[in-house]
Order: sequence, then structure tokens, then C-alpha cells
Amino acid sequence: MLKIKNLHASVEDKEILKGINLEVKPGEVHAIMGPNGSGKSTLSSVIAGNEDFEVTEGTIEFLGENIDELAPEERAHKGIFLSFQYPVEIPGVTVTNFMKTAINETRRAQGLEDMPANEMLKKIREKSELLEIDRKFLSRSLNQGFSGGEKKRNEIFQMAMLEPKLAILDETDSGLDIDALKIVSDGVNRLKSKDNAVVVITHYQRLLEYIVPDYVHVLLNGRIVKSGTKELALELEEKGYDWIKQELAV
Amino acid sequence: MAFENRVDVDHPVHDIRTEAIKVFEEKGFPTKKDEAWKYTSLNALLKTDYSVFPKEESALEFKDVKKYFIHDIDSYKIVFIDGIYSSHLSQTSHEGLDVCLMSSALTKPKYRLIIENYFNKIAKKDDSLTSLNTAFSREGAFINIPKGKVVDKPIQIVHLATGKESSIMLQPRSLVVVGENAHVQIIERHQSLTENPVLTNSVTEIFTHKRGIVDYYKIQNDNQQASLIDNTYISQQQNSLASVHTFSFGGKLTRNNLQFIHKGEHINSTLKGITITEDKQHVDHSTLVHHATPNCESHQDYKGIYADRSTGVFNGRIIVEKEAQKTNGFQQNNNILIDDKATINAKPQLEIFADDVKCSHGCTIGQLDEEALFYLQARGIPKKEARALLMYAFANNVLESVKIPELKTRINKLIAMKLNVNIGFDL
Repeated sequence: MLKIKNLHASVEDKEILKGINLEVKPGEVHAIMGPNGSGKSTLSSVIAGNEDFEVTEGTIEFLGENIDELAPEERAHKGIFLSFQYPVEIPGVTVTNFMKTAINETRRAQGLEDMPANEMLKKIREKSELLEIDRKFLSRSLNQGFSGGEKKRNEIFQMAMLEPKLAILDETDSGLDIDALKIVSDGVNRLKSKDNAVVVITHYQRLLEYIVPDYVHVLLNGRIVKSGTKELALELEEKGYDWIKQELAV
Repeated sequence: MAFENRVDVDHPVHDIRTEAIKVFEEKGFPTKKDEAWKYTSLNALLKTDYSVFPKEESALEFKDVKKYFIHDIDSYKIVFIDGIYSSHLSQTSHEGLDVCLMSSALTKPKYRLIIENYFNKIAKKDDSLTSLNTAFSREGAFINIPKGKVVDKPIQIVHLATGKESSIMLQPRSLVVVGENAHVQIIERHQSLTENPVLTNSVTEIFTHKRGIVDYYKIQNDNQQASLIDNTYISQQQNSLASVHTFSFGGKLTRNNLQFIHKGEHINSTLKGITITEDKQHVDHSTLVHHATPNCESHQDYKGIYADRSTGVFNGRIIVEKEAQKTNGFQQNNNILIDDKATINAKPQLEIFADDVKCSHGCTIGQLDEEALFYLQARGIPKKEARALLMYAFANNVLESVKIPELKTRINKLIAMKLNVNIGFDL
């Protein structure tokens, strides 16, 4: 589904990703872990097409197609979803209206008619129930005045609405208390199928107790330096990242 | 002069007009040398030779101009075609209130006292364009809401220009008197129907008595050859509330002179605007809130989005007299420049002579937030639509205080049209 080969990316001439290789197949859950500044968020931004980063080398393939030249919205239309670490506040645009716009723009790009209003409402109701979202919440301005947890839950609600093939969850656990974490993870797990894939980017092992990864990768200084299974995450939780650095030095 | 065949020389208006002609003759049109007109030049507009009165009266069918009205609500209507009252398109009233014409207010004996008390009382006497209007205006809206009357539906004042004259100058003059505890909502629009040049020099005086409420909405979405100089003066008595929302999307040159004068305590004044310009449009907001009495508040919030080579001016002046203790004056002006060639001249002026006041002002000039743009694009919203959503979000504060839902919906649609996107902002 996703094939990243030798990806180098920089911002303002500072190289942040220094040759990433990663393959994600349908039905898989991958976790990318690493300390602050290792390039985790950059990697997710680059996959989603953020033009602030310049890809200097390497390629990204999605569903067998090179997507290097595609704008962020075109990548979204193909089924890539990025749950933001810091969702942006958009005053005056309600959650509901924003979802309508996002879904219908995606449908238009695929040559489909706008979704009928009743179908849209039904879907909104269904997905908001899945994430235990209050109806009142849906008529509030997008992310404005939301708590950290509400913002993250809203990101997963958007994911549920858009039904992406590949979901990248960037630090979705930060700012969540344990109850919200359970609801969000539960939502992600229920949306999982053999046809879609999830990449979880996180600092801590905590989230991975709920969203169980098939593979864990360690990102250090712009490179994936170690890959393993979920046990690797436990080891990292226990020992930190220094032992990997030492291992690399040897 | 315009009314002289109908107004006898003893009528107070006769002397007012004679005086106004003198002022205009002395001062002439303002130039960039005048501090208040430093960033707005009328030179290009004044090269055109305008007709002052149309040669013939024109008729229009409602269906042809319906789109310029908020037509999905019941309303009173005062409509002018090339400066002449159109009874066919209007819906006036004398039942429990007066929604009618300046020409009849100026000539009918029963309104003589009102005219004596209010006409040209707050319009700036030494302002040349206001004087020009005072001297030559022939028609406009006259609205008189008696004590305690809550007007059941909004009043729409619509000025249409047919383009039958190759170019025309219009000078509408309106007077609004809101009695004690009375409440009225007014929507005003100037619309040219062709590309022939139109220059409108409008003067409106609004008096709000004790505990009166007036909400005034100006829709400025005229075509590229139409220019507007709007002079609006509002006088407020104690505990009254007055708000003016100005939506400036169209027109070649638009100048809004908006002045609030306080004559009592616990007055609340609101001045808000959304300006969205493109091409070579020019929009100038020059506001003045004159706090002369204690315990009053004023709220100004103007948002501007300037594209292409368009230019904007925000000149927001707040004067707080020595007597006006406990004044709360708030002013906000935020601007986004979409293109390198677009410019905004923003000049907040606070002149405070009292020592126990709360006054704040904030002025920003910036670009669209790239991170927010990426967020929307990552949700599948194309760049153009994403930019439009962000601009809408940026201006949204101003829309929140619009009290007529159908008007809010219309403004949302006008914004979508102006930004050339097919997305529904309305919620």
C-alpha cells in the first residue's frame, strides 16, 4: 500500500529525514517511535504532502503510484489521512459543515455527486456515536475552544467519516486522559479492516497497549534504525532510547 | 435648487442649503492634502462628467432586481431608481411609524418640527462632501419610529442606478429618528445595473433616543464602475444601542465616513465591517467614536482581505473627552494581504483626555496561515476552497452579531461568490 524508498527531506536547507525506507501493507498496523526531534512528525507531514518540506531524494508510492508530485488534497482523495498532533482552529466553520465540505470535495474529485443530505446526517450520527461525541459538539466551530482531548477525538471522528485507506496518527495520545485514550483507540480498532492500514506515531508505549502494532520502528536522527514487533515498544518503554544509540555506536 | 420649487423660503431647510453651498464652494472636493483623505484620491473619479439629475424617470420590474433585496423576508422597502423614488418597488408605511421619503418629510407641515429638530443637526457642517449633499440632495429615506415601537420587520433602503445616463452622480439624503425604547433594523444597498459610471455621495443622519436600538447593515457589493462615498452620522442618547455593519465586497472606490456622537450615559456603539477586495478596488473605512459622556462603550471590529492590486484604508479614531470617565473603547482591525501588490493603510488614533478609561486597540496585517491551509488540504479540501474557508473563518467574528438570519445567509453567499468558490459557509 505505502512504499517509502530512501526518503530525504529538508526544511530551510536543514536535512531532517535522511533516507527512510518503510513498507506498509493492507491490514497492518505500524508504530513509529522515537525521541523528540527525531523526525517523526516530519515523516507524517511529508507523506501527507506538506509543501513546507522539500523532498530532496527518494520516492513515496501509494497503491502502486508515485505520489511525490501530488498536492495534499490529491493525496487525501486517494485515501491518505493524517491525524494532526496540533489540529488547527477554524472559527465560524462547524464540525458538521467542515465534514460535509471535506467529504463532498473528495467525492467531486472522484467524479461523484455530492452526498445526499440524509445520508450525510446518518453517517455523522453513526460515527459520532462510535466515538461517543455529543451532538452539540458537532455544531461548534472546528477545534475552537476544544480541549486537547476533544481535538484528538475530533480528529478520529474525521477519520471515521472519511474512511481512509491509510491513516497516520501523529501523537494522537498526547493530551488524552485514560478514558479518552480508550475511546479513541477503540474507534481506531473498530475502523480497522484487512483493506486499510494504520501508522501510529508516538512517543510512548501507552497507546500501543490499545492499538496493537504488527511492527514497531525506531526513528533516530532522521533514519529508521531498528524495526521489530510490539515487544520492541515495551523494551523502549523500559530502557529508553540510549541503548539503541549505544548499539548503533558499536 | 432641488427642493426650492417646493420648499418656501421661510422653511429652515432653505437657510441650511444656502449655507451648505457656501461651504462647498469654499472647500471644494477633498484632496490628498487633507489629512483625512491622505490615502484616498477622488481625482480619477472626478474626471468623469456626471449628470446630476436623470432626464427621465425609469421603471423596473421587481423580478429583474429581486436579487438585490433580501427577498426571503417580509420587509418595508424604500427604493430609488436613479435617485428618484419608485413607488412601484417600494413598500412604505405611515401606520404607527413613518417609513417614507425625505422629500415628503421636508415639504409636509406635519413633519416640520422633526425636520427643525433633526435635519442637518449632526451631519458635519464643515465637511465639503456632506455640504455638497446638503445643498443638492433631492431625495432619500425618512424613517421615524415613535416611542416604544418595536418595528416588526426590517426596512430595506435600495438605491438602483439604471445606467440610462452615460454617467450619473447621486446624492441620497436620509434621516432616521428612533424614539425612546423603539427598535428598528435597516438594510441599505446601492446597486448599479450597468457598467456606466455612478458616483454616489450619500448622507444619513441617525438619532437614537433613550434605550432605543438601531441595527444598520450596509451591503456594498456594487459593480466595478460604481463608487460610493457614504457619510453616516449617529447620535445616541443614554442607554441606547446602535450598531453598523458594513460589508464591502464590490465597487470601484468606497469611502465610509462613520461617526458616532454620544449624548448620555451607558451608551453602546458597535461598528463592524468585512472588506474583501480584488483587482484595483479601493475601500476606505474612516470611523470616529466621540465619547463625550461617562460610562459608555464602543466596539469596533473590522476585517479586511485584500487581493491583487486592491487597496484598503482603516482610519479608526476614538476620542475620549475629559468628562467621559469609565469609557470602554475597543478597536480591532485585522487585515490579510493575499498578493504582494495589495496594500492596506491602517491608522488607529486614540485621543484620550480622561484618566479612568479602558481603551484598547489591536491592528494586524498578515497572510493566511500556511499550517491551517495544510490542515484543510489534508482533509481533501482543494487549495482554493481551503483558502476561502480560512478567509471566511478570519472574518467570521463580524458575522456573529448580524441579527437577521436571512441577511447572514446572504452575506455568506456573497462571500462565497466573491471568493469564487462553490461551498456553503452557512451552517
